[in-house]
Amino acid sequence: MHDVTHARRRRRDLIVAAVLVAAAACVPIFVKDVYAQNILVLTLMYAGLSQSWNILGGYCGQISLGHALYFGLGAYVTAILFTKFGVLPWFGMLTGGVISALIALALGYPTFRLGGHYFAIATIVIAEIAYLLFLNWDWAGAALGIDIMVRGDSWLKFQFVRSKLPYFYFALAFAAVAWLVTWWLENSKWGYWWRAVKDNSDAAESLGVVVFKSKMGAGAISAFLTAIGGAFYAMFVSYIDPDAVMSFQFSLLIALPAVLGGIGTLWGPVLGAAVLIPVTELTRSFIGGSGRGVDLIVYGSLIVLVSLTRPDGLLGLFSRKRKEAVR
Amino acid sequence: MTAETIIQSLASGLLMGLLYGLIAVGLSLIFGLMNIVNFAHGEFLMLAMYAAFFLFAFFAVDPLLAMPFVAAAMFIFGAAVYLLIVRFAMRAKTNVGMVQIFATFGLAIVLRGLAQYFFTPDYRSITHSWLGGKTISILGIYLPVPQLVGAGLSILAFGALYFFIKRTDFGRALEATREDAGAVALVGIDQNRVFALGWGLGSALVGLAGAIMASFFYIYPDVGASFALIAYVVVALGGFGSVFGAFAGGILVGLVEATTALVMPPSLKAVGIYAVYLLVVFIRPRGLFGSI
Repeated sequence: MHDVTHARRRRRDLIVAAVLVAAAACVPIFVKDVYAQNILVLTLMYAGLSQSWNILGGYCGQISLGHALYFGLGAYVTAILFTKFGVLPWFGMLTGGVISALIALALGYPTFRLGGHYFAIATIVIAEIAYLLFLNWDWAGAALGIDIMVRGDSWLKFQFVRSKLPYFYFALAFAAVAWLVTWWLENSKWGYWWRAVKDNSDAAESLGVVVFKSKMGAGAISAFLTAIGGAFYAMFVSYIDPDAVMSFQFSLLIALPAVLGGIGTLWGPVLGAAVLIPVTELTRSFIGGSGRGVDLIVYGSLIVLVSLTRPDGLLGLFSRKRKEAVR
Repeated sequence: MTAETIIQSLASGLLMGLLYGLIAVGLSLIFGLMNIVNFAHGEFLMLAMYAAFFLFAFFAVDPLLAMPFVAAAMFIFGAAVYLLIVRFAMRAKTNVGMVQIFATFGLAIVLRGLAQYFFTPDYRSITHSWLGGKTISILGIYLPVPQLVGAGLSILAFGALYFFIKRTDFGRALEATREDAGAVALVGIDQNRVFALGWGLGSALVGLAGAIMASFFYIYPDVGASFALIAYVVVALGGFGSVFGAFAGGILVGLVEATTALVMPPSLKAVGIYAVYLLVVFIRPRGLFGSI
């Protein structure tokens, strides 16, 4: 009986996702404004990134504040291979993803043994080391960064000059894939273990070793997807430097949508990104020039409010109503 | 590289390290008391630096004189943050780790945004303080006076803190609460009050550090971020919750930073600190003097 409702819920999630993707794909027909399209691309990108972060930070409870490392690696590997060796961004994207996943595995071994706060601080420190190294690495452009020259206008070269729409469709596909991976993981053996050990140290003891391995896997998947997002971002903005792709700000921006929407939930990152990114972008442009801090005040307050009043995230607003309706 | 340059940089590393200890000890104190990491610690430091700056800019109060006022203001601010935010964050039933991290993290972002909005992102500095720009030479080693005085004050503050924890009623209540909060509640000590005072004390200490640093560092909205990371490293190295650990960790970080700057480009000096930190935490997760 329970299994039946569970399977039904999962099928319903899949249908809702398909409808949302189809609806999102139609949006550019109505939204022609370049600025608005830009916000849409960023929203989709952060939905995908945060979904990737959520696999590790939400489902495994390993709150990483250093995902800028993987984002930046994806961006740098793609940009370096493309500008220095003429390697197509598609290969750069995959290479960056694989390198990030391998690094995540290497880092996971020592860091997953650290408890809550210690883990979070270790991830900040590791990303900061990478940031400082890239800032001083002359061959990789150091502080000046890398300017990705336009070499074409095609899907093959992943560069689009006349219309920015292809970027939109790629970002949509990226968000959809990240969602699908999470959807699949949720129902896998790993997903069950993660639920079992969450906030239950006894279960964690008895499942210790296998869960450790599954967390390593989650870290690698999360890093791989985050790097794909970074590679996309590099091609989208066509100029990168350490501050633009590897600074702590990105670690935060990657984690926030999931935290706000509902950490460790399937729809949390999507909802969080759909609220957070437009709000930040719009406050920034309405209240005027960047560097005035209003965007920081807005989303900082949002984080404090949500974490104090809705630890389950904004998604909690919906599920509570639904539960009451069922009762 | 002569022996002289090595001694010179180790000496300034030691001075800086003592200051790092003072910046970090409030963080360690609060963590020891209630197992919460204040992710807005760097922003507390930033606020203290601005407080000292504005006291100087508007009332021509030297940072050295401003210190007690800044510390008092930060005491009130810290206690208020506990009463208005942290107290509620501790009540979370679900996603406890996430709530504890992001409640203070969100506060950090708000404080940074407020500083940008009201104080503008401009870099400020206190130009003519009593100590600023002076150096003295001891046995051929040149030491900047502000850092020297800062290091001295840090030692005094650590001494006073040690005395305070061991000899006063509030200090004993603080120690007892960190040992066993439940039993403390049973003997009639108001746990909330102890926590609020603990946050006040921890913030007052970072207030002292901020007032001293205002006389020789640029003051800008993001200044807290880099020092916060160093403070986490200091605390994690020394052991979360240990006052002596913060002292020793601070000195160690100062020396490692100075040594790294000798062999690597100055812009990479923080890498040395972070690398040592990772090494220690991977081998000994509780830090050098941590008891948890």
